[in-house]
Amino acid sequence: MDILIVLQAGVATGTILLFATLGGIFSERSGVMNLGMEGMMLIGAMSAFSVATSTGNPWLGLLVAMLAAGLISQVHAFISITLQADQVVSGLSLGFLATGLALVLGEGLSKAGTVPLIPSYTVPLLSQIPIIGPVFFTNQKLLVYLGYIMVPLAWYYINRTRPGLHLRAVGEYPSAADSLGINVYRLRYFYVFVGGLFAGLAGATISLAISPGWFSELTTAGQGWIAIGLVIFAQWDPVRAAVGSYIFGALRRLVLDIQGPNVIFGLANPFYYNPYWGFFLEMLPYAFTIIVLVVGSREAIRKRLGAPTALGVPYIRGERGL
Amino acid sequence: MAQPVPSSETNTVVSMQGIVKRFPGVLANDHVNFYLQKGEIHALLGENGAGKSTLMNILAGLYKPDAGTIIVNGQPVNFSSPRDAIKAGIGMIHQHFMLVPSQTVTENILLGLDKPAFRLNLSHYDQEITALSERFGMKVDPRAKVWQLSVGEQQRVEILKMLYRGANILVMDEPTAVLAPSEVDDLFVTLRSMVAQGKSIIFISHKLHEVMQISDRVTVLQRGRSTAAGVAVSTVTKADLARLMVGREVIFTVNKTARQPGEVVLKVEDLWAENDKGLPALRGLNLTVRQGEIVGLAGVAGNGQRELADVITGLRKCSKGQVVVSGENIANSPVKKGIRKGVSHIPEDRTHVGSAPSLSVTDNVIMKKYNQAPISSGWMVNAIAARKYAADLKERYEIIVPTLETPVRLLSGGNLQRVILAREISSNPALMIAMQPTRGLDVGAIEGVHRLLMAQRDAGAAILLISEELEELIDLSDRVAVIYEGQILGEVSDGDVAAIGMMMTGSAPGAKEDQHG
Repeated sequence: MDILIVLQAGVATGTILLFATLGGIFSERSGVMNLGMEGMMLIGAMSAFSVATSTGNPWLGLLVAMLAAGLISQVHAFISITLQADQVVSGLSLGFLATGLALVLGEGLSKAGTVPLIPSYTVPLLSQIPIIGPVFFTNQKLLVYLGYIMVPLAWYYINRTRPGLHLRAVGEYPSAADSLGINVYRLRYFYVFVGGLFAGLAGATISLAISPGWFSELTTAGQGWIAIGLVIFAQWDPVRAAVGSYIFGALRRLVLDIQGPNVIFGLANPFYYNPYWGFFLEMLPYAFTIIVLVVGSREAIRKRLGAPTALGVPYIRGERGL
Repeated sequence: MAQPVPSSETNTVVSMQGIVKRFPGVLANDHVNFYLQKGEIHALLGENGAGKSTLMNILAGLYKPDAGTIIVNGQPVNFSSPRDAIKAGIGMIHQHFMLVPSQTVTENILLGLDKPAFRLNLSHYDQEITALSERFGMKVDPRAKVWQLSVGEQQRVEILKMLYRGANILVMDEPTAVLAPSEVDDLFVTLRSMVAQGKSIIFISHKLHEVMQISDRVTVLQRGRSTAAGVAVSTVTKADLARLMVGREVIFTVNKTARQPGEVVLKVEDLWAENDKGLPALRGLNLTVRQGEIVGLAGVAGNGQRELADVITGLRKCSKGQVVVSGENIANSPVKKGIRKGVSHIPEDRTHVGSAPSLSVTDNVIMKKYNQAPISSGWMVNAIAARKYAADLKERYEIIVPTLETPVRLLSGGNLQRVILAREISSNPALMIAMQPTRGLDVGAIEGVHRLLMAQRDAGAAILLISEELEELIDLSDRVAVIYEGQILGEVSDGDVAAIGMMMTGSAPGAKEDQHG
């Protein structure tokens, strides 16, 4: 078990979580929680795989995946923003709808043939840096590099630009934004759509790059839920999201690799001899997600973590306060 | 006096004519006329529900009038959003501040503008804001986050927000309601400096003395109609304005008889509690209230008043300390125990805490008696006895309702408060916790509430009166304690407003006393 390889693969796997978490951050910063992340990612993975196998163009697959997931996110936007329904209920329903849709449309797709993959790339000079070079810049998919670029861009956009200011205002105190002529509804629709785009990108990253193929609901295997936990863990900050995503990616990979050798650190490897231990390890990220979601649902803790104040609250014009 | 001023005056910047606005079941504005001249402070006076805010929300583009014309700077306008109004130079400063707490002053001011094309160059705009605030004598740090600011400073940010957008006409909706006395003085200085620099100000208020103090002219609304339009303040008296507001003579003074307070009923010792956000709200508070006295609790909103009332009435847990009522500690006990010890509660939130909005008047008044004879025998409620009891209270407390089965959500604020008072007083309380008992009520209803509280005091109840109306506190209370950041900073028993004001902003009462204690 080579630790550098675990880390390198961790960064690759973490890219999936990173895209999904960034999408969650944009959507939640505008005040809309979208629990349908898992379903939107499946839609993305399915359409990316389908389009890429039939056209032979992975980039076209990627584009269609983003648009498809973005489009289906608007169902949630309509129900929770315009109809002002409970965001938890609406998001969960979207998740079921999108998952079902992806499974039906993806039926038999796993035998559709070989999928053209997003190419890999090694950055000439940067890959020579010890440790960092092999982990981050050697033989990684282009989408992984896109992830590196997205993090500072997202941070800058949210914190240092005018549209970002409006995004934060709409999620923190929509009536203040509304009183100054900002269209709260339109912005929320837009950022739910952005969240969908990122979810689609995350899905396509799975099926076209990191673990290529279509394996029904096992394609995403609950990573959408982990991303929702990571949004809270990252305190709605893109930089923290990157750190969290890569750590989780590395852990996922470590869980697989640790079950390989029969001797580890000179001792008999318990994970090799007892597969149930492995299952236990594989469960941990999900257990963590549950803990984060439960802890994060407490009002006082959310406030302390810096959750957008209006998160989860439908905006109704003319009501006092939020 | 009730004749409107002709609109042909050359320096009229806003003229609203024949404005009608209906809400379901209410005629909020009934052919109202309003004329604002350049460079004046024009007070818009009226009781709550008289239609002041509605009229100004129409001017600010939040509502559309059902009929009437609005002319701004000689141009007829038809606003469909606040943005249109701002473009025409009209900025409204709402009673509830429209500020994003987690953002800086500058970010809040820039919100909604097209100006920084993409990149927020905050340091550049910080300088602009500083220059603007200095021009009007308002001190505020542009880099501070809004949640760090005092209420007075937040109000300055709201004003700056409108000035930065080039507003020449400022509508201020009850701007003094949230301020400490010294902050009110600062605000008035700012308003005068703005008027001197050619701005025009509409000052919405229901406080007569402020209107007399700050404004040049006044328009009075009563139940959606104007009873005076653009009258010069120098030509009227406070009593005239009160009559125009209420439609009858109003008695301002409360009869307070001298009374020797009896035994200690409430003794709060070293009380610590957290607010809803989990932050400390009460930090070692001490307070006593005796039989037959009203202790007023003054303080700027959010200094622990609500938490104190909650802990005493059993609605909130405290982390440390004692609440002793008639010799027994009831802190962290069930509410029922407090009720048995004679604690009654007139909560701030009448519709959600003080009453069950969809239940009838009868059900609401028996809420503390439903399990006692004669209303209940065992586990059944005796409907006939309950009705009789409610009818009796309706008579005694002058509750005006069509029937006793009317859901209380249909009652006006004053009547609803009477229902709550009837329930709480009829339980013969040893201790009353009255939080903002007159907030939002009209002058007539306030008079009634004051009379009932005084009668309870004279009958020997201990009353803790928590209010943001300093006048009310001084008129009613035997002593006024000042709460600041969860502690009692000091007490005043001679109605020294200046001393109370100082303490409300956190200045300790006299350095000498500090050295002794």
